[in-house]
Amino acid sequence: MTNSFNEFARAKMFMIIGSNMVEAHPVAATFVKNAVMRGAQLIVVDPRRHALVDLAALHVPIRVGSDIALLNALMHVLIAENLYDRKFVESCTIDFDKLAANVRTYPPERAAAICGISAEMIRDLARRIASVKPMMVCYTLGITEHTCGKHNVQAVANLQMLLGNLGVECGGVNPLRGQNNVQGACDMGALPNVFPGYQAVTDADHRAKFAKAWGVAILPDTPGLMIPQMMEGLTTGKVRAFYVFGENLANTEPDIRKVEHELSSAEFLVVQDIFPNETTRFAHVVLPAAAWSENDGTFSNSERRISRVRTASPPPGLAKPNWWIFKELAKRMGRAWAADSAQAIWDEEVSVLAPQLCGIKYHRLEGDGLQWPCPDESHAGTCFLHKDGQFTCGLGVFTPVEWTPPAEEACADYPLVLSTGRRLAHYHTRTQTGRCEGLNDILGEETADISPQDAAELSIRDGETIRVRSRRGEVRIKARVSARVPRGLVWMSFHFRETCANWLTNPAFDPSTLTAEYKACAVRIEKVYTA
Amino acid sequence: MAENTFTLNQRRVAFMPGQTILEAAAAAGVRIPTLCHLRGTTPTGACRICLVEVTGARSLMSACSTPAAPNMVIQTESTRVVQARKLILELLLASGEHDCLICPSCGDCQLQDLAFKYQVSPKRFNRWTDFRKTEVNPLIVRDFSRCILCGRCVQACNEVQVNRAISFGYRGKKAKIVAAGDGPLKDSECVFCGECVQACPTGALSEEKARTTWRPWKERQRVRTTCPYCGVGCQQWLHVQDGKIVKVTGVMGAEPNKGRLCVKGRFGYDFIYSEERLKTPLIKENGEFREASWDEALDLVASKFKQIVAESGPHALAGVSCARSINEDSYQMQKLFRAAIGTNNIDHCART
Ligand code: SF4
Ligand code: SF4
Ligand code: SF4
Ligand code: FES
Repeated sequence: MTNSFNEFARAKMFMIIGSNMVEAHPVAATFVKNAVMRGAQLIVVDPRRHALVDLAALHVPIRVGSDIALLNALMHVLIAENLYDRKFVESCTIDFDKLAANVRTYPPERAAAICGISAEMIRDLARRIASVKPMMVCYTLGITEHTCGKHNVQAVANLQMLLGNLGVECGGVNPLRGQNNVQGACDMGALPNVFPGYQAVTDADHRAKFAKAWGVAILPDTPGLMIPQMMEGLTTGKVRAFYVFGENLANTEPDIRKVEHELSSAEFLVVQDIFPNETTRFAHVVLPAAAWSENDGTFSNSERRISRVRTASPPPGLAKPNWWIFKELAKRMGRAWAADSAQAIWDEEVSVLAPQLCGIKYHRLEGDGLQWPCPDESHAGTCFLHKDGQFTCGLGVFTPVEWTPPAEEACADYPLVLSTGRRLAHYHTRTQTGRCEGLNDILGEETADISPQDAAELSIRDGETIRVRSRRGEVRIKARVSARVPRGLVWMSFHFRETCANWLTNPAFDPSTLTAEYKACAVRIEKVYTA
Repeated sequence: MAENTFTLNQRRVAFMPGQTILEAAAAAGVRIPTLCHLRGTTPTGACRICLVEVTGARSLMSACSTPAAPNMVIQTESTRVVQARKLILELLLASGEHDCLICPSCGDCQLQDLAFKYQVSPKRFNRWTDFRKTEVNPLIVRDFSRCILCGRCVQACNEVQVNRAISFGYRGKKAKIVAAGDGPLKDSECVFCGECVQACPTGALSEEKARTTWRPWKERQRVRTTCPYCGVGCQQWLHVQDGKIVKVTGVMGAEPNKGRLCVKGRFGYDFIYSEERLKTPLIKENGEFREASWDEALDLVASKFKQIVAESGPHALAGVSCARSINEDSYQMQKLFRAAIGTNNIDHCART
């Protein structure tokens, strides 16, 4: 996020796109609701009428996967009607002309046909977002989990630059992170192309710096594989050993049957986790890890805040902190590492090597933590980025993008679109929440949410078991008929194994980020007749 | 005399315009008792326990809703104030079944604290309400025999979390906090965030999981930590008793959540005590897992990794880190792959 949660309650306007915040980020949503009660305008762009829509001044029910068409058309109107922030654009950005040329080809009428809303609604929305300043954009996986995910993100950034809503309080581009420490795993360089602190592995100076710090002669200079490539490598033999730490890939990746085939092809699979799960079944060695509240450490939240995690009780049996396990393995591979606690790892390595984190030390994290960038120990941290129009590379660059449809569209055989996400009471594959007393009482089973129109057409009753089928698999699941779902859409989560949406989802990926298109695949639903 | 000052218990103190007497007194280090007041929400003036004596005013005034004014002369514990508070407490105590012995909030109850401070016990009035049912919902227990109708839960639900699940129902003696049509919470708009439980000053609302275990005075440790679920990163207090987390509450005033939690953050802690946890390293032999020591398991992994590096090079290994675990774990794992194995084949589910 460029901005912070504490700005939500003071914001004047929100545009929330592709984010069911009330269920996925419930506490963040409470601050949005507080702001609305104080008079802020809320605009929700989402195929579903999710709970925030009840408070919205405007709901823009676009079709799944049509975000770029909408965003480009909004910019078309802003430029055509001269409603954009000319001063910001001139002084803080480059390549406006390229953007203008690109969005000129997206008149509202064209976008309307793609998005399934009226051209008037697009114009109205453009005028509204231009009328209040600053306006805060929040989004979640509804933007990123598409084959065009990266382009979606760029389109959102273009819009906020055009409106001059970057570098100001209560504005910005704010992706809410799905998992508690996605931000941190990125910051720490658990990515194939960067060292901790986003320092490219292809840069010789960065390699030299890390080689020195880590006491090795050379470090690999080519970016490594991303998850889908690793999985594919398992079947071709390109990847012979696979080390999975804490991810239940067998349920969370699209197309479970394909994933299980890949995992079972692994020559040597090591899984490190806190529970046996669908992925450990395929392992050759399973390593038991300490869980949250069983060791000390830090998390980084969506607003780049580093907060402490502390020990409340010891891990069960022989389970050990993950960092200890990695250290022991390194030792057996001939590398002796000095750091012997999470604090030592952070204070002596991470915060020395990552420039954004240099000022963050454990002794400064006792209270509310610190938000990076925090370059030195006298720095108070950074609530919002790009202050006064300062971008990392000097000026903000407009990157025009074209709309592309989802990889798999509805067709005669599979006439509905399946979109997936999270529900409030559970989390991911329920390895944690499924084992918490009481949470299953609130939500004990999955449903496929469908619109009253589609239900009526197929004479499906609420609560009736139906079959949802895609080109990859099928699940039997209870239908939930809900007016929150638009016609043509089926919505499911991936919390329960038997009815997991990932039996159905399409392993089609964004070409640059390799994020899977969890938000769109073609399905059909059928009544199940029991004899 | 400075403009924005008043006299508080014979002391001259400054206040900021717009502050209530309660806030100004708190800033000056004087605590005025409250029950219905919930910080950050509209004062309702429901309980009257915060009454103070303002010289010249005919009646006592409630500190939580009266703005401080220049040159007010205020007494927070005068005889008149104490008399009034005692009467209010007697009424409150008589309005229900305040049997502290078996109350889940015993020791963590603002009503009990005030009864103790002013030495009031329930005797003078007869009970004058008749619904006395404990209703067990998943996670949250509502026991209206301990409800003093302060309305804090209603404020928490409607103004803080804005879930609009509960409100005041009925009138007069029948007054009661109700969820949709006076039914159970689970049939209402309730999302089980538990904000109402955290706000309740008595034992009327409690957590099912902690109801017969948590004893505040047995709590050896209160550990501040960060929620393990979504990317908001809410700050939590873990209430640890006999070496186990028995309850979780939000850290008031903390960034980013200002004391709020959702159902996962508040109630999703006990998975760590599941019997199904992995407790020992496992090695697969002939299709079956068997238990192993750390040395055996780690030696096996390291030797297999070394063998594959020797035969096929470091890029034949790949690793996926965990987006839920701590930063230090991800750092170590990428360091293992880059510095000890020699490949950049390290990734995590960044995008889900
Ligand atoms: S748990 Fe949350 S939603 Fe339910 S009544 Fe209490 S405050 Fe309202
Ligand atoms: S349930 Fe608790 S918070 Fe709600 S009115 Fe009764 S005593 Fe007050
Ligand atoms: S308490 Fe809820 S909103 Fe807060 S971090 Fe945890 S899961 Fe997210
Ligand atoms: S606290 Fe002031 S009236 Fe209740």
